[in-house]
Amino acid sequence: MSDTINLIIDGKQISVPPGTTILAAAREAGIEIPTICFHEATTSNALCRICVVEVEGSRVLLPSCVAHVSEGMKVQTQSERVTRSRRTILEMLESTVDLSDAPEIQTMIAEYKADGERFPQAKSRVSTPIDDNPMYLRDYAKCILCWRCVQVCAEDAQYTYAINFSSRGYDTQISTFYEVPMPESTCVFCGQCVAVCPTGALKPKRQWLLELGRTPDEIMDLTRSERRNRRRRVEAPSNDQA
Amino acid sequence: MTDFDLTPLQAVLGGYAPQGRTALLPALHAAQEIYGYLPEPVAAEIARGLNIPLAEVFGVIDFYSLFYREPVGKTIIHVCNDPACAMAGSESILTRLTQHVEILKENNHTEELVTIERAPCLGLCEHAPAMLVNGRPIGQANTRTWEEMVESDPRRPDTKVDGSIRLLTANCGVGYTLSLWQYIAGGGYVAYRKALAGTPAEVIDTVKLSGLVGRGGAAFPTGVKWEGTAKAPGTQKYVVCNADEAEPGTFKDRVLMEDDPHSILEGLMIAAYAVGASKGYVYIRGEYLRPYQMMKIAVQEAREARLLGENILGSGFNFDIEIRRGAGAYICGEETALFESIEGKRGFPRVKPPFPTTHGLFGQPTSINNVETLANVPLILRMGVEEYRKIGTEKSPGPKLFCLSGDVERPGLYEVPFGTTFRELLFDLAGGVHSGHHLQAALFGGAAGAFALDSHLDVRLSFEDLRAAGLPLGSGVITVFDETRDMRDICLRLAHFFADESCGKCYPCQMGTQRQVEIIQRIMDGQVLPGDWERLHDIGWTMTDASLCGLGQTAASAVMSAMKHWPHLFKSPEALAQ
Repeated sequence: MSDTINLIIDGKQISVPPGTTILAAAREAGIEIPTICFHEATTSNALCRICVVEVEGSRVLLPSCVAHVSEGMKVQTQSERVTRSRRTILEMLESTVDLSDAPEIQTMIAEYKADGERFPQAKSRVSTPIDDNPMYLRDYAKCILCWRCVQVCAEDAQYTYAINFSSRGYDTQISTFYEVPMPESTCVFCGQCVAVCPTGALKPKRQWLLELGRTPDEIMDLTRSERRNRRRRVEAPSNDQA
Repeated sequence: MTDFDLTPLQAVLGGYAPQGRTALLPALHAAQEIYGYLPEPVAAEIARGLNIPLAEVFGVIDFYSLFYREPVGKTIIHVCNDPACAMAGSESILTRLTQHVEILKENNHTEELVTIERAPCLGLCEHAPAMLVNGRPIGQANTRTWEEMVESDPRRPDTKVDGSIRLLTANCGVGYTLSLWQYIAGGGYVAYRKALAGTPAEVIDTVKLSGLVGRGGAAFPTGVKWEGTAKAPGTQKYVVCNADEAEPGTFKDRVLMEDDPHSILEGLMIAAYAVGASKGYVYIRGEYLRPYQMMKIAVQEAREARLLGENILGSGFNFDIEIRRGAGAYICGEETALFESIEGKRGFPRVKPPFPTTHGLFGQPTSINNVETLANVPLILRMGVEEYRKIGTEKSPGPKLFCLSGDVERPGLYEVPFGTTFRELLFDLAGGVHSGHHLQAALFGGAAGAFALDSHLDVRLSFEDLRAAGLPLGSGVITVFDETRDMRDICLRLAHFFADESCGKCYPCQMGTQRQVEIIQRIMDGQVLPGDWERLHDIGWTMTDASLCGLGQTAASAVMSAMKHWPHLFKSPEALAQ
């Protein structure tokens, strides 16, 4: 096998090692392709489809985060088909999720001239913030289902498996086992899920309380009893392992 | 929380434990048999028994529509809600059943004893309106009394099979399921013996020369798929029969499994020999309880006759088959989602490449074929390539099964050679449109298909002719609509189907199927908004171009086809005036 692959991205001749993704090849050439679900530390699932590109000879658009380069490939990262898909995905996202804490996606929306009001009367994902532990808050109205939290909780980092999904399709939501409160789950409060969340759906409790205007002293008071309860629960002999 | 006696579950789990995670769906089915639903302690016990994280067991339970987290009635009624049954009056059946249950409750006859659910296509379209009562199929439900439907045990609906040739369906429609010995008496398993007498490469060559392509919808050359799997590096290889038939309007695989299960098993055995697989799976949709039972019996018969097992017929070839049941998810008909399901996971399709031929079930080289495709294999080996290729057209050789339903005089399964015209099939064989009515449209290829008009009547039903006419062959569905049908209602049902069945993995399909159904609903309600036409197009093209799997890529196909044929139905009065 040859040790370089030659391809053309947006008219630019590029040479990269075999096994490189189109996304990585483009970035190396200074061509920026937007991504949402992609994260260096997690397995790419190619599910947001924002990074799709048009490849000559391919029936459908390809997700550049996982599609590998091949010899002679001709890629367009900003064709009409590509921009229509990106714009429509962003418009649907805006009509579905509260993106107020997702500045990166807000920038994309502006860049692709996506109309936030494109889908009137759309059912958005409504959910009350879940405040069930002293460490972080879960507000699934802000969740874009990028899967990063589930992945870092599982094989991508922690092997804790506290969270997975409930329901399916549009109604999918991140959930613990039978929706039990986080302290009753297998969660070890490592915080990795919060760290990879791109939209503020998972937020450190302290940050959330600060945003609500609480002072640091008030926050210490508010969370002290929670921390104590948590300790007690862990120490107490458990008769229900679920 | 009620205390659950976990002893009966533990007894069952012992048998599943050595398999680990892949036994999750079978274990959940077994648990639901015992407890009626899947409460938390039961799920926790299964997680422990199979060594699967709790949250992942929950994720699986909540993914599949036939698994229940909450208590349900002892009697569960699934009323089909898709076009063929809806046109035959399923909505009024739903109303009637719901009222009846209300009366029963008022009279204190029952407390939560009956659960009624709207179901996606149940694959009983030729018996519309159809429903399932605890998995038992009921046809012509509009003509049945409550007692007949729920309390007695009616016979299964008779198979309706006809056609201008009867090769794949030679043993179908006889009124019973063919046993192994009846199958052998008719020349069954001769092809398997023939295959075992030669080399795997010879079998692959024969199938390649026959021109057989997949009958599940994608039309991929079967021999090429087998060759890829055979040549892929790896010692453990698998063959899988995709019997997750759920495309609205399709019921061919159900008929084959119910009436002639051994023809499918023989095809799968030959496939296994060709690719070098020692283990095969048949994955049957959860709603097909009866075909599941028939296939299980057939496998048992084949094992007893030593057609499965070690050193089969003295050839040195070892092979066994496991029958698996889905649990209510159309997406599991997508090959990689089906693998995930067998592996005990949510039915999320995987990113391709890599393809199943090299990275399939359990990450191993796998050949996955549709039921009808496999049923063609013994036929090819028995007849020989030359005779087989005399059937059909040059580019589409062989027989093809078509599922006709809707406003057609004689709905049923029809076998014809490729190249038969739509007119011959609909009028000469199936008796045409209901008397006194004429053809408005026919949906080719199911929910993921496109509409044909009467101008298409003389199109020959072959891959090449249909492609030229811009119509999909799909899995062989033809749902007929007369001139009285409101095509917006049909589109609304198809849109609902996709919104219900989207797995939710990729954004275009997860949100697009929902936005699509919302817009069609308001069009149906006469509340169309300016810009809805463009919105539907943008959603449709985004799903088609950017979705991860075939479900999303075709979720707008029928709707966009309808918009092309009948734009006036989808446009606002203002837009039409322009």
